[in-house]
Amino acid sequence: MKNTLRAWLLERYPAWIFLAVLLAAWEWVVAQQWVAPYLLPSPTQIAQTTVELWPEIYAATLSTANSIAWGLGWSAVTGVTLALLFFAIPIVRRAVLPFCIFFQTVPIISIAPLLVIWFGFGQPTVRASAFIVSLFPILANTLTGLQETDPHLKELFKLYRPSPWQLIFKLQIPSAIPYMLTGIKISAGLAVIGAIVGEFIAGGGLGSLIDAARTQQRVDLVFSGVVMSSVLALLLVFIIEVVSRLLLRGRPYLRKL
Amino acid sequence: MTGQQAAPAIDVQGLRKCFPGNGHAVIDDLSFTLSAGDSLCLLGPSGCGKTTLLRLLMGLEAPTAGSIRIEPALAQRMSYVFQEPRLVPWRTCLENVLLPLELARQKSDTSSAYALELLRQLGLEDRLQHFPAELSGGMQMRVALARALVTQPGIILLDEPFAALDERTRFRMQDLLLELKSRLQLHYVFVTHSIAEAVYLGDHILLLDRSGRARDHRAIEFAGRDQLLKLTPGFNAVVQGYSQLFSEMESDTAAAPGTEVRP
Repeated sequence: MKNTLRAWLLERYPAWIFLAVLLAAWEWVVAQQWVAPYLLPSPTQIAQTTVELWPEIYAATLSTANSIAWGLGWSAVTGVTLALLFFAIPIVRRAVLPFCIFFQTVPIISIAPLLVIWFGFGQPTVRASAFIVSLFPILANTLTGLQETDPHLKELFKLYRPSPWQLIFKLQIPSAIPYMLTGIKISAGLAVIGAIVGEFIAGGGLGSLIDAARTQQRVDLVFSGVVMSSVLALLLVFIIEVVSRLLLRGRPYLRKL
Repeated sequence: MTGQQAAPAIDVQGLRKCFPGNGHAVIDDLSFTLSAGDSLCLLGPSGCGKTTLLRLLMGLEAPTAGSIRIEPALAQRMSYVFQEPRLVPWRTCLENVLLPLELARQKSDTSSAYALELLRQLGLEDRLQHFPAELSGGMQMRVALARALVTQPGIILLDEPFAALDERTRFRMQDLLLELKSRLQLHYVFVTHSIAEAVYLGDHILLLDRSGRARDHRAIEFAGRDQLLKLTPGFNAVVQGYSQLFSEMESDTAAAPGTEVRP
């Protein structure tokens, strides 16, 4: 019976079990004073700090979540629109895409001070930072999806002499949706990084909280901020997964993307 | 002779098709006619240009030389079934069938009812809201057939549509096609590898050789057609005749000096 339960737990929840083992080991190592608590506070200490400072942490998390949602939302809209534009007008793609690729290679940390100069301290810079880092994967993936429409389906549509709009809305956009969602998933992680980096420079949110805690040597609070930013990223991935499943109904072979 | 002979439904003269980068012709100096009301099976070894001929008839390829004339009333109402179902994966079974009507902006209550009726006749009435990935290969092919029929075509071009099906489903589909032909006054041009299938389904059989030329074109006449026909001596004699022609073509190819076989 015990063996069956253990096998079932390992089969269903291996990641949760690994996390529990890791946290227990961490707690034990700190309790044995093998590592100084000011360098590596125990998980219970981090949890305690999170509960004690919850109003402050919650407000910072909300602010970061707002910037991520804004940046990712607008990069999705802009990325898809630009991809459609590049796809429909090849000369525009050839003129502009190389600069998009170049812009993508510039590290966000080096642009962030410029953003502060342009948008000032606070949320506008953070939003811009999240937007900039998350734009390119959505643009590039959507464009690839549009360009790689199944030639067999294109030929099928050709039989029925569709208008260019019908071709785009009934074939090319639906067939690019899995690519678009992959781009958004990649960008979700980047948007979190972009927002936190933006907050390091421009202030506000979890980035600022982590930076302030660092200067005060509050490693437990740094960990709280890190955990909350991870929770935000996981929540975002979960939401995108739910949307993906809705949009990819009928394509069971793609649902695991 | 009761009067002036009607113009053929399909008139192909001196047809030639070469693809860029490929020196030899896939179809070469091909001429044939098909009368209104008749159905044609295209038979021949792999690579003899059967699919290319079908694509030329549909206008998916342009001829290098020669002419294809299709009676205008029929040319407006042509439909095509590919070798594979080519269903749109994100559309349900019913939505796939309605696709040609949507694109032609002809979707109406009447045409939707007709699509439902077709799917019912094809035994798919309980799969209307299923997606292609949830259907078997035979069901997918029936959806593709319904999609080709929903526009009420005058002529339907079928490119080895039953090749991937198991034997029982293949026989059922063959009978279904014959039934649709008589009930909907449907004409078809049917490409197949199978001699028995061509003899069973064709009013005429056009046999192509490896160089894309017509080797034989003749009418096939039986009093009636059902699966039992395949067991009759008359049917088997015709099949054997074609097998003999295939063997002759193979020995011709092997004997021809300097024959170049390209992929």
